[in-house]
Amino acid sequence: MTDNAKVQITIDGVTYEVNAGSNLLQECLSLGLDLPYFCWHPCMGSVGACRQCAVKQYRNDEDNAGIMTMACMTPVQPGARISIEDPQAKAFRAGVIESLMISHPHDCPVCEEGGECHLQDMTLMSGHNYRRYDKKKVTHRNQYLGPFINHEMNRCITCYRCVRFYNEYAGGEDLSAQASHHFTYFGRHREGTLESEFSGNLVEVCPTGVFTDKVFSESYTRKWDLQTAPSVCAGCGVGCNIAPGERYGELRRVVNRYHDELNGYFICDRGRFGTGYVNDAERLKTPLDGAGNELDADAAGQQLREIAGSAGGTIGSARGTIGIGSPRAGNEANFALRKLVGEENFHTGYSDSEHACMQLIAEAAGDPQFHNPSIREIEQADAVLVLGEDVTNTAPRIALALRQSVRNKALELADGANIPRWQDAAVRELAQQERSPLCILSSGATRLDDVASDRVIDTPSALARNAFELAHRIDSDAPSAEGGSSAEDDIDPLARIADHLLAASRPLIVAGASSGDVDLIKAAINIAGALRKRRGNGASAPVDLCLLTTEVNSMGLHLMTRPKNSLGEALRKLSAGEAANVIVLENDLYRRAPHAQVDAALAAAKASVALDLLPNRTTAKADLVLPVTAFSEQQTSYVNYEGRAQLAYQVHRNHSAARPAWQWTGDFEHFRQALLEGADSIPVFAKLRDVLPDTSSLPGGIKVPRQSERYSGRTAMKANLNVHEPKQAQDPESALAFSMEGVPPLRDATILASTWAPQWNSNQSISKFQDEINGPLRQGHGGTLLLEKRTESGGFFPPPVNGDGAGLELLPAHQIFGSEELSSRSEAIRKRMTGAFVAVAPADAVKHGLKQGQGVRLSVAGDAGGVSVTALTCIRTQTSPGAVALHVGDREIDFHGLGARVELTPAETPHGRGLGELIVSDLAREQGDV
Amino acid sequence: MSTMSGQVIASTALPSDYLSDEEIAEIEHERTLYPDTRAVGLEALKIVQKQRGWVSDESLLAVAEYLGLPVAELEGVATFFNLIYRRPVGKNVILYCNSVSCWIMGCDQVREKVSEELGIEFGETSEDGEFTLIPVPCLGDCDRAPVMMVGPDLHRNLDRQDLGELFSRYRNNQD
Repeated sequence: MTDNAKVQITIDGVTYEVNAGSNLLQECLSLGLDLPYFCWHPCMGSVGACRQCAVKQYRNDEDNAGIMTMACMTPVQPGARISIEDPQAKAFRAGVIESLMISHPHDCPVCEEGGECHLQDMTLMSGHNYRRYDKKKVTHRNQYLGPFINHEMNRCITCYRCVRFYNEYAGGEDLSAQASHHFTYFGRHREGTLESEFSGNLVEVCPTGVFTDKVFSESYTRKWDLQTAPSVCAGCGVGCNIAPGERYGELRRVVNRYHDELNGYFICDRGRFGTGYVNDAERLKTPLDGAGNELDADAAGQQLREIAGSAGGTIGSARGTIGIGSPRAGNEANFALRKLVGEENFHTGYSDSEHACMQLIAEAAGDPQFHNPSIREIEQADAVLVLGEDVTNTAPRIALALRQSVRNKALELADGANIPRWQDAAVRELAQQERSPLCILSSGATRLDDVASDRVIDTPSALARNAFELAHRIDSDAPSAEGGSSAEDDIDPLARIADHLLAASRPLIVAGASSGDVDLIKAAINIAGALRKRRGNGASAPVDLCLLTTEVNSMGLHLMTRPKNSLGEALRKLSAGEAANVIVLENDLYRRAPHAQVDAALAAAKASVALDLLPNRTTAKADLVLPVTAFSEQQTSYVNYEGRAQLAYQVHRNHSAARPAWQWTGDFEHFRQALLEGADSIPVFAKLRDVLPDTSSLPGGIKVPRQSERYSGRTAMKANLNVHEPKQAQDPESALAFSMEGVPPLRDATILASTWAPQWNSNQSISKFQDEINGPLRQGHGGTLLLEKRTESGGFFPPPVNGDGAGLELLPAHQIFGSEELSSRSEAIRKRMTGAFVAVAPADAVKHGLKQGQGVRLSVAGDAGGVSVTALTCIRTQTSPGAVALHVGDREIDFHGLGARVELTPAETPHGRGLGELIVSDLAREQGDV
Repeated sequence: MSTMSGQVIASTALPSDYLSDEEIAEIEHERTLYPDTRAVGLEALKIVQKQRGWVSDESLLAVAEYLGLPVAELEGVATFFNLIYRRPVGKNVILYCNSVSCWIMGCDQVREKVSEELGIEFGETSEDGEFTLIPVPCLGDCDRAPVMMVGPDLHRNLDRQDLGELFSRYRNNQD
């Protein structure tokens, strides 16, 4: 029951207002009271497994005896009187933890969880400080669980949180609770990589050190010795909040940072394990000239200004300088380049197909008929249509939210049966396999298929026609598409999907730019528009339309760039001699455009400058390479898929000559000016200034420390260089200090990176900073939504013209590990990457003589002299016949040169990675499947 | 346009004819009794165990694949119940009660004798492969404690003296 009513209860003689319909544990924690618990999780509700949150509840004012009850399983009742401090309750809790701890190895000094361990905290809080048990402990064998997660089962206290998260929340299938009583074991059925894309959350969900971060373990540092700042994940377009931690100049790990509307308590494995590139030995450290000679920073800056300054004239005079922006760089870097080259010369840096998609996405974002939902809102959808996106591989955290949306049916059933929604086991038992509809239209299997109610698999062009037809079925004003579904019997999937969406109280349409297919986005807009019409324009809320952007700042880049200034246009101007020079910001153009076009443009440019953090094919061709800082080494703002601008603070310093790109290209003295450059000159960014922290709320202007009070080694860590303690580094750019000095956020979350509260050293201390459990952070900043709604609604798009052709339709296959440029250069992610592969349907494999795992050549259909590339054949039983999905991986494959249709021929198997790490549900196994 | 709905489960390769026709017939019968396939998992394991004596890794995979259940989940079921044997057992499984009534009536002393006769402790199988000794919490016959089951037979009022003959009967009965 979602009940906002407040009732009064008395806890240890003090009367409090609490939420009716909630449970006692959650309300005690919301009130800031210390009540120990293990199995309860704010996002996963109560199961009453651990018995640690026992309290006394009294029947009435006369009752002095009371009964022992589990707070997490007890609904709040008006006028209830309970006691946490009751001696019997305390003794009971001490007894519970003593028995939970019977076989715990007590190996805190060598345990990665030590110092941020919920079990340590709860053991102390419950008063179990002397071990009486002196018999033999139960020991377990640990499993190899892949490159991300360590397993140390002996530390387990059997709270069941791991399997509840991994299986029930995240839909994983390869972790289970095995055996019983003393011998209960949480593991896989045999050793092997944990398959879920969210396995890293086990590290944070486990209250002790059973599941720990293997990558972090390799260069381990205690929580209190990490330098931390609030940051934003740069892994995709969602913008999950993260807290990276640094020690000795290395980025050591990333953990989730709570955001009530976005990522909540969970992030994906790309975000958690994909930042190793920051420490890569290959990082660009000094400016380089075209021959690879190191340059002095001042000289390099001078050269850049000369190249840009030689622009002088306008484009067309063959003297101008083109600026190519970056969707993986922050706003300020892009603002600065845009200012340097002039708005008319500033181009987006993503592919032309994505450019076209972004125009539509931003257009829809301003349409008053639609609402671009946050993750929390996505979870509330009671019927979902996903159009052409493998969300788990393109915006993983949103896939996790979609997985929660199918539970709305269960919650509805629970409401009907008078079962509180937080009674997790009871609700699941009641609902069994009942789910809210999740309909997926795609060209192959997706990682949400296991919870999908309806699936339509077809080639991209047929999918678009089907989707247009679906809009027409929903509202006949939407244009019909010829060649849409012809099925007319009662299993017509389009009719069923239309019924699901029309019957829902909060339907949601999801599509995105990852496919680069504008027709799918137009169709998604038509479907949402048709729903909006059918639902009536009156008081009803706008329809949720979630259009996903692919990179951390795709939206920001779009918003500051003129619609016609695509990358293709930039390359054309350079090749045609309409512009002389080019400055490329944090971008490998070879990932974005046909290689021949990039080659021609760079060859034609008189001078080319590349600013980047790692060498790539574009920097290799540049006449001047300027090293820039990584996401964690600079302060910057990003705009996510919703149009939400968020500020990511600098975590640590880069001691090389690398600088934030805006310092190379801009004439700003401080970060603030770089940010205000955009906010002042680009109307849509006007509200960007709101992301700057309100420093007036910091007492006396004192900064917030990035280091904890316990930070150790300050006087020793540089003693090998100089025995005198160096002056602490100053940070004139932000409200944070590079030291332990300052006022840490203890009561509010104005600038909160690493959570800590007295007695609460683990991440569970987050409850001390929330307004209430799962509520917003106190004084926290959730970002600023930049996009305003227009007053005019858009109309319907006409369906695409049926363009049949020779060959097979080509689409990109995205992989959580390998499709994002920077994370795929991280060591941990590389261990999970596959080789470049082509997903083909069994029938097409037979037709073209292809064998599973062997080489295949793709060439432009009908153009013998065109681009051709090789990859591994990946026969997948659910790939649509007539379509092939190419995963580029880290191979230098000219995806954009291939065009829309390709021919396949067997080829020699490429060297390098195979398909071993591919985790999909539909890999054809035997020849019999083919 | 191809359409489909329902679950797609990743699983591991096994010959598709691993399960016998008899096993499949029995599993299919159980399937008709439950609304949810997950509930059939335990019965299917019992069927396979009845035919093969125990549940090997291969059997576990075969059942998981046949029913379309995640292997890890079925392993959770198989290992939760101590009468699903994930290791080979002897021809006769002895379920020996060591719960409170039997304890009062001296089951510990009798059990020592059992171990002496068979040369095995709890959880072990005799060298000749005849007997496996497993503790159980109660066999529901407390008024005639101590009790144990050997295979399908319940033996009451156990006496140390009778054990040798009792076990030799089972040894000789085997064909």
